[in-house]
Formats: sequence, C-alpha cells, structure tokens
Amino acid sequence: MTAALPTVSLHTVGPNLAVEPDAGTRKTSTAKAVQEAIAQQMRTDDSVFVMGEDVGPYGGIFSSTTGLIEEFGPTRVIDTPISETAFIGAGIGAAIEGMRPVVELMFSDFFGVCMDQIYNHMAKIHYESGGNVQVPMVLMTATGGGYSDGAQHSQTLWGTFAHLPGMKVVVPSNPYDAKGLMTAAIRSNDPVVFMFHKGVMGLGWMKKNPRSIGSVPEESYEVPIGKAKVVREGTDVTIVTLSLSVHHSLDVAENLADEGISVEVLDLRSLVPLDRDAIVASVSKTGRLIVVDEDYQSFGLSGEVIASVVERAPGLLTHVSRVCLPDVPIPYASQLEYAVLPTPARIEAAVREAMDGGVAS
Amino acid sequence: MTLYPTLTDDMRRGMLQTMVLIRTYEEAILREYHADKSPGFDIGAGLIPGEMHLSAGQEPVAAGLGLHLTKDDALTAAHRPHHVAIAKGVRLREMTAEIFGRETGLGHGRGGHMHLFDPETHFSCSGIVAEGLPPSLGQAFAFQRRGIDRVAVAVAGEGAANQGAFHESLNLAALWKLPVVFVIEDNDWGISVPRTQSTSVTSNAVRGAAYGMPGTRVEENSVEGMYEAAGEAIARARAGDGPSLIEVHTLRLWGHFEGDAQGYRTDLDGVPGRDPLPTYRNTLTAQGVLTDSDFAAMEKSASELVEDAIDFAKASPTPSPANALEYVFAEGARS
Repeated sequence: MTAALPTVSLHTVGPNLAVEPDAGTRKTSTAKAVQEAIAQQMRTDDSVFVMGEDVGPYGGIFSSTTGLIEEFGPTRVIDTPISETAFIGAGIGAAIEGMRPVVELMFSDFFGVCMDQIYNHMAKIHYESGGNVQVPMVLMTATGGGYSDGAQHSQTLWGTFAHLPGMKVVVPSNPYDAKGLMTAAIRSNDPVVFMFHKGVMGLGWMKKNPRSIGSVPEESYEVPIGKAKVVREGTDVTIVTLSLSVHHSLDVAENLADEGISVEVLDLRSLVPLDRDAIVASVSKTGRLIVVDEDYQSFGLSGEVIASVVERAPGLLTHVSRVCLPDVPIPYASQLEYAVLPTPARIEAAVREAMDGGVAS
Repeated sequence: MTLYPTLTDDMRRGMLQTMVLIRTYEEAILREYHADKSPGFDIGAGLIPGEMHLSAGQEPVAAGLGLHLTKDDALTAAHRPHHVAIAKGVRLREMTAEIFGRETGLGHGRGGHMHLFDPETHFSCSGIVAEGLPPSLGQAFAFQRRGIDRVAVAVAGEGAANQGAFHESLNLAALWKLPVVFVIEDNDWGISVPRTQSTSVTSNAVRGAAYGMPGTRVEENSVEGMYEAAGEAIARARAGDGPSLIEVHTLRLWGHFEGDAQGYRTDLDGVPGRDPLPTYRNTLTAQGVLTDSDFAAMEKSASELVEDAIDFAKASPTPSPANALEYVFAEGARS
C-alpha cells in the first residue's frame, strides 16, 4: 500500500547484512542484544518504530527496549495504554501502510485479550489479499516461567502461535541468536513473532542463566529465520529443544559426557518455518530422539517434532520421548512449579532412559 | 466555518449515481448468488458460495462518505463491505472476481466477499465485528507520522460499538489525536437482535464524549446528512484536530445474510417506505435537480458497469488447487 509514499519502500530493507558472522569477543546480555538490534534498524530505517506497554522510560518490563527512548524519543518509542487490541491493531495498520513496527506484548500470556488482531488480521491479511498487502511487523513478547509468577504469567505458548498459519515464530536462546533473529525479523516482509524467555535475557532480578551473556558482534547481522542449529554435537541421543531448555539440555549433556554418553543438542531457534531437515539429520545420526519443550505437552511442538521424523523417515527411530510441561496450569508454589517444568533432572532421567539399552556403538 | 464544499446539484446527482450503482451491484450479486442455489438452498454451492451480506438500504452512508475521500485515504470496512468499497473506488471487476472466487480477484480467490483488500485505494475489510477499527488507527498513525493530510476511516455496524475493540480504538485515537473517522452504521439489527436489546444508549454518537471526541448522529438515512457529518469529521481529521465518531441511522433492506428468512424482524412493514433510493430520487426530482431521463441514464450506466464486472468475473479462471498454499508468506514457505 505504499505505491504513492516516496519515503518507504516495502521491498528495500537496506543493504545486505552478514549472515551468522563470527561471534567475536564482545560480551553482552540477551536483553542488550535485542535492544541493539532494534536500535541499529531504527538508525538505518526511519519506518521502524517501537510501541507497547512500558517500552519507554521503563525500557520494557524485561529490558527489551532499554535506552531506546533516550536515543529516538517518544515519537518512535511509544508507551501505549493497556489496550493490546488497539495497539497491536495499530501496528498492523501502520505495517500495511509501509512502516515496520516492533510491537511488544508484555507477556505472551496476554494474547487472550488481543488474539483476534494477531491471528485473524496480522497473520491472514497477506494471504487473504493474494499477496498484494504485506504486514512487515514484529510482535515481540516475553515467555516462560520458573520464578513463581503463576498460571497467567509463566506460559510459553509458542506452539499456539506456531499452530496458526501466517506468522513466522522465532525463539532465541542466547544473545547472538537474539540479535540476529531480531534484525532478520525487523527486515522481514512477513509478520514475525519474536518470543524471548525471561530466563535467557540476563536480567539482574531473576535467576540468571550463565549463557544469557555471550559473544555478540557489534555490527548488524542476521540469523536466518527457519534455520535450527546444532549447539552440541553427539552420537547417542538427539535432544531437540529451544529457548531456556537449550541450556538445561547442554548442562545435562556436559555432565553425561563424563559417563561416555554422547548427546547432540539441536536448538530449533525458529518454530515457523520449522527446520525439519535439521531434526531428521540429527536423528539419522543418533536414532534416539528426546524433545524438551517448556510448552504444554499435548497438541503442540513436541508432537510436531516427532511427527516430522515419523513422516519423513519412520525407520530412523529406536527411541522417542518428551520432556514437556504436562497439561496443567502452571502452579505458583516453587516446589509445584519445578515439579512440572522441564528441569535438568527430568532431562537427565529421559536421556538415561533412552540409553537403557546401552550405547549403540 | 465550513471546511468542505457546499453541495452542488452536480454533487447531489453524483451521490444519487453512486447509490444507484451500489443498488444495481447488490441486486446483480443477489441474482447471481441465488441463481444456482435453488430449489434447495446450499450455502456452499453455486458461482458465488459462502455467506453473503448485502448492503441494499445502506447506500447513503457510502455515497455521503465517498465524496470526501481520495484514493490515498484509507478505509476499513466490515463484513458488509460492498457499498463502501464501491464508494471508495475499488476496482469493480477485480472485486467482483474476488466475490466469485476467481484468480483475477483482488485476493486471487483467497479472500472472498468479507476479505477484500485493494492496495490502490487503501481499502480493506474484516469479517470480525469491530476488529477493523484497530488497523485503521495504524493507517492514521502512518499518515500522521509522515505529515501527510490523509485520513483513515473505519466503518462498522452498530453491534461493533458494544465490542471492546471499539472502545479501545476510540480511546487510542483520541489520545494520539489520530486522523481517523469512525462511522457506525446503525441498521437497527445485529443479525436478529434489535439494538434496543443490545445497546445501553439510544445513540452511539454519545459515546464519543467518553473519549473526548465529537459524536454526531445522522438521522433518517440521509445521504446529505451523511455528507455534512463526514465533511466536518474528515476536515477536522485532515487539519490535525483528531478523530470523530459518526453514527448513521440507516436501513438493512434485506436479511443479515442471504438465506435469512427474517422471521424475527418486527419492522418489515415500514421498510419499503424507508428505502433511501426512491426517497432521494424523489427529493432531487421535486427540487428540479433531476429528470426522469437523468435517472434512466444513471441506471443504464450503472447496469453497464455492473454487468461488465459480472461478465469479467464469470469469464475469469478459477484458482488452481495446486496453488492453494501460495501467499501464506511474502518470503519463503512453511517447511
């Protein structure tokens, strides 16, 4: 819809950027990496703007937008009323007129008050228009539990978004991927849901994952949407996972290596598109598949990952299991919450069970 | 001070011409929709399948509004969109082909009659009640940020004014002083429920005050009343003075959708006398602005345009089933 607007072109998103360059030595938190990706795109493209609840002086409840208002001012970093339907819809309208909004939904759990704009409008307009109207928008949202925030503020829900066609869904686990995926999301001509786990952001007020601070190049670069990554190579068992669970899986893999159990960990990074080739490639090495997912177990991501292997190469699997959130609202009391989260202890038990028949080689 | 042109006789005739075109169009769609659905009624059968919400009786809203809009202004419509699409200047052939589900349609057959998108005229619609309003905020926001005096108009039925999206949108529009105009078409009925059973106020126009914006109600389905109210609101928006709310008391001449027997409807006896088309024709004739031959020429011109669009749609290819997955994304495909 930008034919008559000289200032912005839908198909020009600036010069090509490096794709997954060397990480270098500079360390930042995931939160800082997200802020930096947004700031760099705002500097090069004046159609990019940020809006949401508490994204201004507060800097985002989970620090996704810290410092942006100081550089870009309140006309491009916009605090909204608590009206998710109105401001997510406004993001959609601005996007179809050629802007590139980054809209924050404070918690993914809040999708209930605005899902119509997300799945009936943001996700469907490109298809319904036969490709004539694009919605280049990023919906950024915080996910996940582990800090006793209860049933309405701890869910991941990425499987719900990924289930509904028309939106890309990315779920970074670390600073490097977060910056590259956010950059790719802003520059994409499709709507992208960017889901960050609070536990990977490196926040000072929450139990920190040690890998929430990592090496990140200073310059802009992209991590391609739809490409998974083997973050630890192994030969006995494949763990397919994402987000905070990647780190739990890596920790378990490291511990079990001492016992001679070789675990491969595949970080999905994107759910839509899902890198099914990478899943099958890994399982073809190991034959044993464990899916670790902090989303609800039934009707979701874990079943989809397993189905990908079963449909493409049913003979590959000698073992399959899941470590997910059982189908229960997330409890408040820490003892209860950690009884249902995919903890390292549960992951380790799953690996041992998979290896019950002994190491194949 | 009037910030929009005073109606001339030419403009009056122009509004009537638009009303005639809309009515002719809806009558033709009605004919084609039902042509191959008898003797039984199978909603999914025929050249035009699916739900069909026709706008006969609501022409004054579109005709009075359309005169103030250029193709660069934005408009979001609801599930009953044909009249405002026509008044906005959406290409009739491509719109009709979309309604027929053809490859040449606005959405290559992916959208249908409730999901018409025309980038050339910044026209879109949503089949979800009130949910076309939030995107109009963003369109207005884009215009405002670029410093261009375009407006975004959101048209919805009176049932939409009881949705949260309506209230959130009015608040945000007023808060950000967006160049947006909300038009509520009060046709008395939310499918089968009369507005007296759904709405706590007798006029939704008063709801503007809750958000600090002007609210105007246009009575008696008056096309000239709509022209005045829309002119005021759009001039205000273009001048950077913020949003307005207009409610028009209009008329649903036919059922909520085709196939609706309207057994619930208690106001049908009065409907013929309220039909805005003969009413406005008679007004202009009595004022000496319109002759019978003028009107006959309007009907002829409308009929030619509409039949050309119908012929175009019927002659167009249907989409290839092999391409049903095309257009989910702009870049790449789902794996």
